[in-house]
Amino acid sequence: MAVDAETVKKIAALSKLSLEEDKVAAVEDEFNKILGWIEQLKEVDTQNVKALISVNEGNLRTRADEVTEGNIADEILANAPAKEYGYFAVPKVVE
Amino acid sequence: MTDLTKLTIAEAEQGLKTKAFSAPELTQAYLDKMAACRKLNAFVCETPETALAQAEASQNKINRGEGGELEGIPLGIKDLFCTKGIPTTACSNILKGFVPPYESTVTSRLLAAGASFVGKLNMDEFAMGGSNETSAFGPVINPWSKDVPLVSGGSSGGSAAAVAAEMCAGATGTDTGGSIRQPAAYCGVTGIKPTYGRCSRYGIIAFASSLDQAGPIAKDARDCALMLKVMAGYDAKDSTSAQMPVPDFEKCIGADIKGLKIGVPQEFRADGLDSEVAAYWDKAAAMLKARGAEIVDISLPHTKYALATYYIIAPAEASSNLARYDGLRYGNRVDGRHLEDMYVNSRTAGFGKEVKRRIMIGTYVLSAGYYDAYYVKAQKVRRLIRDDFAKAFEQCDVILTPTAPTAAFPIGDQSMLKNPITMWLNDIFTVSVSLAGLPAMSLPIGLNAAGLPLGMQLIGRAFDEETVFKAAAALEKEAGFRGGK
Amino acid sequence: MSGMIISGKTGDWEIVCGLEIHCQIISKSKIFSGASTQYGADVNENVSFVDAGMPGMLPTLNEECVRQAVKTGLGLNAKINKYSEFSRKNYFYADLPQGYQITQFEHPLVGEGFVKIDLEDGSSKDIRIERIHIEQDAGKSIHDISPTKTFIDLNRAGVGLMEIVTKPDFRSPEEAGAFLRKLRSIVRYLGTCDGNMEEGSMRCDASISVRPVGSSELRPRAEVKNVNSIRFAMQAIENEAKRQVEAYDNGETIAQQTRQFDQTTGKTKFLRLKEFSDDYRYFPEPDLPPLVFDDEYINNIKSDMVELPDAKRERFVKELGLTPYDAAVLCETRETAEWFERAAKGHDAKKVANWMMGDFFAMLNEKKISLEESPITPENLGRLVDLVTTNVINGKTAKDVFALMAQSGESPDKIVEEKGLKQVTDSGAIEKVIDDVIAANPNNAAAYRAGKTALMGWFVGQVMKQSQGKANPAMVNQLLAKKLG
Repeated sequence: MAVDAETVKKIAALSKLSLEEDKVAAVEDEFNKILGWIEQLKEVDTQNVKALISVNEGNLRTRADEVTEGNIADEILANAPAKEYGYFAVPKVVE
Repeated sequence: MTDLTKLTIAEAEQGLKTKAFSAPELTQAYLDKMAACRKLNAFVCETPETALAQAEASQNKINRGEGGELEGIPLGIKDLFCTKGIPTTACSNILKGFVPPYESTVTSRLLAAGASFVGKLNMDEFAMGGSNETSAFGPVINPWSKDVPLVSGGSSGGSAAAVAAEMCAGATGTDTGGSIRQPAAYCGVTGIKPTYGRCSRYGIIAFASSLDQAGPIAKDARDCALMLKVMAGYDAKDSTSAQMPVPDFEKCIGADIKGLKIGVPQEFRADGLDSEVAAYWDKAAAMLKARGAEIVDISLPHTKYALATYYIIAPAEASSNLARYDGLRYGNRVDGRHLEDMYVNSRTAGFGKEVKRRIMIGTYVLSAGYYDAYYVKAQKVRRLIRDDFAKAFEQCDVILTPTAPTAAFPIGDQSMLKNPITMWLNDIFTVSVSLAGLPAMSLPIGLNAAGLPLGMQLIGRAFDEETVFKAAAALEKEAGFRGGK
Repeated sequence: MSGMIISGKTGDWEIVCGLEIHCQIISKSKIFSGASTQYGADVNENVSFVDAGMPGMLPTLNEECVRQAVKTGLGLNAKINKYSEFSRKNYFYADLPQGYQITQFEHPLVGEGFVKIDLEDGSSKDIRIERIHIEQDAGKSIHDISPTKTFIDLNRAGVGLMEIVTKPDFRSPEEAGAFLRKLRSIVRYLGTCDGNMEEGSMRCDASISVRPVGSSELRPRAEVKNVNSIRFAMQAIENEAKRQVEAYDNGETIAQQTRQFDQTTGKTKFLRLKEFSDDYRYFPEPDLPPLVFDDEYINNIKSDMVELPDAKRERFVKELGLTPYDAAVLCETRETAEWFERAAKGHDAKKVANWMMGDFFAMLNEKKISLEESPITPENLGRLVDLVTTNVINGKTAKDVFALMAQSGESPDKIVEEKGLKQVTDSGAIEKVIDDVIAANPNNAAAYRAGKTALMGWFVGQVMKQSQGKANPAMVNQLLAKKLG
């Protein structure tokens, strides 16, 4: 599965990373090298193998429905690059 | 007074108890060493005032005959652990200036046990790297470097170098594909990645959630045991943390290993293994045999696919875990005309090259049309790799392999910088263990002809760190290599 | 027949519509953190470090959210999946702090089910449920405080949601309206969601397409987002379907797209095409192992379920003799149905129903108060019905007593007693009044006897008036007939 320049640009956009036009070819090349190397997995017969999603295969524990956190707006906002009136502030969202 | 920084944690605890020296004296000795070794670039944030205040408090406790299991012991903390009130950046520009208002579970436990923190340790950016060269703060210099500066390994490069150079008595590390074991091997110190689920991941900045595990790096196996006992344990705040009792690992040190079955996987011999490394591997097996262990040939047929599997799963999880770094709520923001611009500007400026590479690979393998071919396939191979280990452990109790295919290499090695895969190959012996979620320790076995330390890896069954400690302590004694440079 | 046929130039078209309803789960704390779900808190005060997507923070699942979703699933006759998984849905948005939403994708908590809806023509239809999964809500972006900035409040971020997805079974706006009303009634009965669409605790997206009548094809659909009332949902479906028919009539094609409902025009507006930004890169959430439970868990919830509106309605008709219409009205909300059951207990249920549907609801309307604020208790209404059926008061007096009860909240017995309103059933006393009336009106008595029997009503009125309405009307009739006859 070779990746083309268009895909590289799409992936960068999905990743919210900018990629200068003159860097696309290099990234495309590197991508294809890495993916080509990953192709080796095709050799492995996984026909009757179940995907492993949790290595210890434990079951999820649940928590009691109690309010144990909150009222720490100061700490929540402490690291914010911009905040106003207790809100996080960002440049206008355009739809 | 002897050089206090040469003492192991166990020895230092004895000295503190017998009042041979005080906790502030011990801490000061390490702080002096930290200042003297600044050129190694092991620490990215020094906290001498905090450390001394903690040491004073510890001394008061010791004077009252109280104190925890690590009372007065000065530790270094990998910058991936969130430490309340102390800058935590994962050595990334995107987290510049971030001061967590909370403490990770592992560091909370260490503090509660009486440890003092001398500072935050350098690492590969977001733990992505095997040489510490991806750090926004620059690479760590391996204390064993001679004329050419060598890498400390990574991602816990600062942790391994700081322990090796005796800038702290022990350090925390994290391991996703070898990030504790490989730098420990390069720096001639001891480190253990416990079973996945042993240590809580709460408050540790996530790289690849299904693989990340915290563990100690220290001067020897006993010190690792002392630290791990404190660091490990069930935590309700991490749904993947295991509800398993934590054994007293220290009891395993010095235990008899007669009859212990040591597995040696033949597949690991291939792939251009360095001849000195191969020779030490044989020697290590012989040493264990000399102490009564039995050597068993085992097969791990799918381990050769471990790296490719890892480089699908880890970047996929990372691409998602790192989505939260958007310049909105914390860290570095680069403004833009509108929100979309701000995201792209902040992330493009904030992340380094390797991190961006992995985010993009991860995004790609999860994207529509490729998910089954890559991600699901990798998860299936991951099961086969895990099952290989399970089968091997029907024949043996612990597995012996080298930790890395070579000793530490020079900083700025072009072949590695040009081709990421060459760099990734350094994790060939460690990655399969991470995928299987098993405990594994790296300990120094000796020096190569160039005078650089080499490490051996001991892999155990899930939640059987005890056997790993037993075998490691025996091998350590036989090898007679004392960590520290 | 409840399907809507749209006649276009190219022929007759039918609507194919499915709904996705997001219901905020009623729980004290959020689905993955211990922060409160209370509405109306100060900005960012109901936010934990987990909700803010701070580095190193991990989700922990609230058991109540699981329970509530299972309950809802049982209420929708759906299959409960004993194995389910959480997944990450990756996208960037200002009010999505983690950069992904934790939701369920491949393995939802609840599988297929159905809801019976009742239509105006008296027919009913089953709407099939595709699935219900649980997930976290996003925060709120506020665009109207500043002209250049968007403000983010994370109080809602992490509140538990159930997403209920139907099959494309709706053929008319009426069916969708009936379904939404029924669903709202069910979740309110169950106490799993408050069902307030205007406040956003129940939100609806509609997927709409059209096809020629008689065809079974599925054409590209438009997804209309966040319609916040049942009426708007019906409007949106009708107008969007008509728009599509018009487009096909004009030879245009419809592309898969997202549209927005405009409350002022009642029409839908184009928002965006489905495109690669909708590539959400779902993958299993590595921070949460699979959710597994047994039959016992489901059975416990089952045994704890309240009677649902359909079952209640049927019982009211079959066992209490109510008309289907009365039963439907009384069962619309759990509160009304339960109020009725308390009032009817031990009394004539049909009569209690008549009182509730008539004077009682009129009284609530007039006073503009809710059921809970009613001055008349259910027990007192039942008692009032009793006083009539046991002839203590007559029907006319009962109306007056009801008015007094509505004023004072007193019991009917006390009012009847204090005001001396007990009906006269002593025939001697009634005869005396009759004799007086006949004696005072000899002409009318003569006329009656001469055959003008229509005067009977006038005599009854006179006697009742003389007895201040307290005489038993049946006895008055009987005795008058005797005396005049």
